[in-house]
Amino acid sequence: MNAPFKHMTWVRIGELSDIPVRGARCVVTPMGKIGVFRTAANDVYALEDHCPHKGGPLTQGIVHGASVTCPLHNWVIDLETGKALGADHGQVKTLPIRLDGTVIELGLDPATLVDGH
Amino acid sequence: MSKEKLVVIGNGMAPGRMLEHLFEAAPGRYDVTIFNAEPRVNYDRIMLSPVLSGEKSFEDIIIHGDGWYIEHDVMLYKGHKITEIDREAKTVTSHTGEIADYDKLVIATGSSPFIIPVPGHDFQGVLTYRDLDDVDAMLLAAQSGARTVVIGGGLLGLEAAAGLKSRGMDVTVLHLMPSLMERQLDSAAGFLLQQELEGRGIQVITEASTKRILGDGKVEGVELEDGTIVPCELVVMAVGIRPNAAIAKEAGLDVGRGIIVDDLLRTSDPDIYALGECAEVGGTCYGLVAPLYEMSRVAAGHLAGEPTKTFKHSETPTKLKVTGINLYSVGDFAEGEGREEIVLRDAMGGIYKRLVIENNRIVGAVLYGDVADGGWFAQFVKDKTDISEMRETLIFGQNYQGGEPLDPMVAVAALPDDAEICGCNGVCKSDITGKIDKLGLTSLDDVRAHTKASASCGTCTGLVEQLMAITLGDAYNPSAVQPMCGCTDLGHSDVRRLIKAQSLKSIPAVMQALEWKTSCGCAKCRPALNYYLVCDWPDEYADDYQSRFINERAHANIQKDGTYSVVPRMWGGQTSSKELRAIADVVDKFEIPTVKVTGGQRIDMLGIKKEDLPAVWADLGKAGFVSGHAYAKGLRTVKTCVGTDWCRFGTQDSTGLGVRIEKFMWGSWTPAKVKMAVSGCPRNCAEATCKDVGVICVDSGYEIHFAGAAGLDIKGTEVLGTVKTEDEALEHIVAITQMYREQGHYLERIYKWAKRIGYDEVRAQIMDDAEKRKAYFDRFVFSQKFAQVDPWKERVEAEPQADMFAEYRPLADLTVREAAE
Repeated sequence: MNAPFKHMTWVRIGELSDIPVRGARCVVTPMGKIGVFRTAANDVYALEDHCPHKGGPLTQGIVHGASVTCPLHNWVIDLETGKALGADHGQVKTLPIRLDGTVIELGLDPATLVDGH
Repeated sequence: MSKEKLVVIGNGMAPGRMLEHLFEAAPGRYDVTIFNAEPRVNYDRIMLSPVLSGEKSFEDIIIHGDGWYIEHDVMLYKGHKITEIDREAKTVTSHTGEIADYDKLVIATGSSPFIIPVPGHDFQGVLTYRDLDDVDAMLLAAQSGARTVVIGGGLLGLEAAAGLKSRGMDVTVLHLMPSLMERQLDSAAGFLLQQELEGRGIQVITEASTKRILGDGKVEGVELEDGTIVPCELVVMAVGIRPNAAIAKEAGLDVGRGIIVDDLLRTSDPDIYALGECAEVGGTCYGLVAPLYEMSRVAAGHLAGEPTKTFKHSETPTKLKVTGINLYSVGDFAEGEGREEIVLRDAMGGIYKRLVIENNRIVGAVLYGDVADGGWFAQFVKDKTDISEMRETLIFGQNYQGGEPLDPMVAVAALPDDAEICGCNGVCKSDITGKIDKLGLTSLDDVRAHTKASASCGTCTGLVEQLMAITLGDAYNPSAVQPMCGCTDLGHSDVRRLIKAQSLKSIPAVMQALEWKTSCGCAKCRPALNYYLVCDWPDEYADDYQSRFINERAHANIQKDGTYSVVPRMWGGQTSSKELRAIADVVDKFEIPTVKVTGGQRIDMLGIKKEDLPAVWADLGKAGFVSGHAYAKGLRTVKTCVGTDWCRFGTQDSTGLGVRIEKFMWGSWTPAKVKMAVSGCPRNCAEATCKDVGVICVDSGYEIHFAGAAGLDIKGTEVLGTVKTEDEALEHIVAITQMYREQGHYLERIYKWAKRIGYDEVRAQIMDDAEKRKAYFDRFVFSQKFAQVDPWKERVEAEPQADMFAEYRPLADLTVREAAE
């Protein structure tokens, strides 16, 4: 995954087991809520928790394959690219994320972490 | 750049179709607002006759359900009549004072039935035949067995007459001209039609000029100019329509009979379009659906800014939608200089065919009795085909060209690519075969969705199916079931059957055994499978919360802004000062912005942050509240009236029974939500006759109802039967619910399930078969052992490491961490 930030720092946010299989949890950051998703294959993804359609909280949706269905109006978002699948058009921002063993780390711009407060 | 604003006045079939084309051609270009004077969504007006005759229900003829408007971001004002168009300010104003700006305006106000201004035309009991309200009014009159006079023997009048007759009413048709449907039929066919109708017991009086309607404020009969009096209680006027052009005229637009538009459907104001029955193009106002849909196509193309074709007049075939009467006419069939005709009559077979020929070309055709060749003749009219070669056998139809009768499939295969298959929607053969190939369509529903062929009046369905059979070959299976979703080819019923038959007890087991095409399903099939497994293996299956929709996972209702609402249970709609005080305290403590009384007799607290939910539930739990399952595909509410406790009319303890039912059944999961009610007397204050299951208490016992609806669809309940005691009532209600739990498709409400399997089947199993009833009851009781756990309490008491605890908290809060450093 390409780093979208000039300076990026990996922030530890929790254990893989903190997220149910085919589930999601959200992380509160100064730049807004980030959704962290875990698939049946134990891959993790990070996306802004904000559906490109009407801003629905994607973390509250049903995770299937490498996609999530928004709980508000059933848009299906690709977790890899953040793009809406099927007939819908739109994209939500993705963030770098990695697994260090069982520890989940989120890639963030340190400046935003400080600026927020 | 902000979107252009498109305002549409009217929500009939023409503007509905225009928006479909527009959303396809230019998605997202316009912010669309619709003002509809009728208080409902867009439905198929030409199918009102089957609704009147009882062959279809309103839900069968909806074109765009509420979901469509949401999906396309359309603001729909139902029941708003536009009273003013201000072309200077570019705004429209509704009768309620709603004002909307427009960049482009489309007027589609349709037409109004013409009322003959004879004395008595304003009496109670005089109806027209135009919209669903008229149909409802006629059906109401039919219930009381009123005698009816239909004035007007045209298309609409005869459909109304046949519909009312099939409802058991005594019907007389009055027609001003010497023969019925004289605009579409010649006098011979008109006579055959009259004979057929009279054979069905409909009295027909032609050359009948109405003098006045008799009665004293209320219809008692109709008097004709010749002194004849026809006694009746209901008069249906179906003598014609008048375009609704008043609003356009007041706005200063050019108006003739209708709103005058050019062949791009533009009015005299370049930013205002008019289409549908209110528009006048080239001096003609149209009333049949095919040219109206053609207008929709042209207007949508122009609004989308695409180079587009212009509206051209074409001959539209006419069919009468009365079951058992086959009648077809197209073109011009008046006699005249230079015109010849070919006529075939078969008196015994009740067949009449007439072709009008001019310069070796068919200019008109009238078919009665056998209409199979209608489309074939219509094509010749349209193409102006020279028929001199086949003139000898022409009248026998397509099958007889070349001597040997052809296989009908071969005949369809031989149709040219531009042959029109669906007249209503202007769909030709290659449109259908092309889409089948390109999109891989295999079901009739898919073909309808993508091509619109056979999606309006449906008379070409057979032809479309033949085309599918030819195009798809063996791959076409007309009885194919609708698959659950894209992950499987199996339908809901098959999946439910196989789960039991093969003892499949987990979602992965189902997906493996039934060869799911995706690795872990989708948001459609997973909640369905989870429910089927919960229902079928209550003691063995471990509920998969990740396969539940968020409301059932979080045990609260998600709102548009991502907050939740909380509805505690109020048994039978009863509460107390202690409970109300606890709610008031919770509202204050958590600064809950909105508190609302629901339609199910309880209290909804809206705008609660997800993190606060467990604490809100903890406080509510201390006052004795449990979850109201207002979010569940499960038992919601049991609404009650006060019954014998207080009411001077009450016949039984309706509140007590309601509370008893709710306490017995809460917590159970069902295919879709279940709402119940118990009314203490037939005055029915708890509105039990539009519920999934309802009870009307009577002196002698309890009348049990089922399969009502009062949401997207409105439907009165069916009566299951009457029982004597409260215990019996409970047993029957539980049994019918369990039967539905075991058979219903996920998200299928009781009224749809019952209609699918048949009301009599439900009665036979629940009322007549005591053993079956008891077995259903016992299985429900067993499953309740595992289901009746208050989910709120579970979550309030959950350990911090449990998913039930973590669900409500963020995984990490980086703002807190930074602030702390």
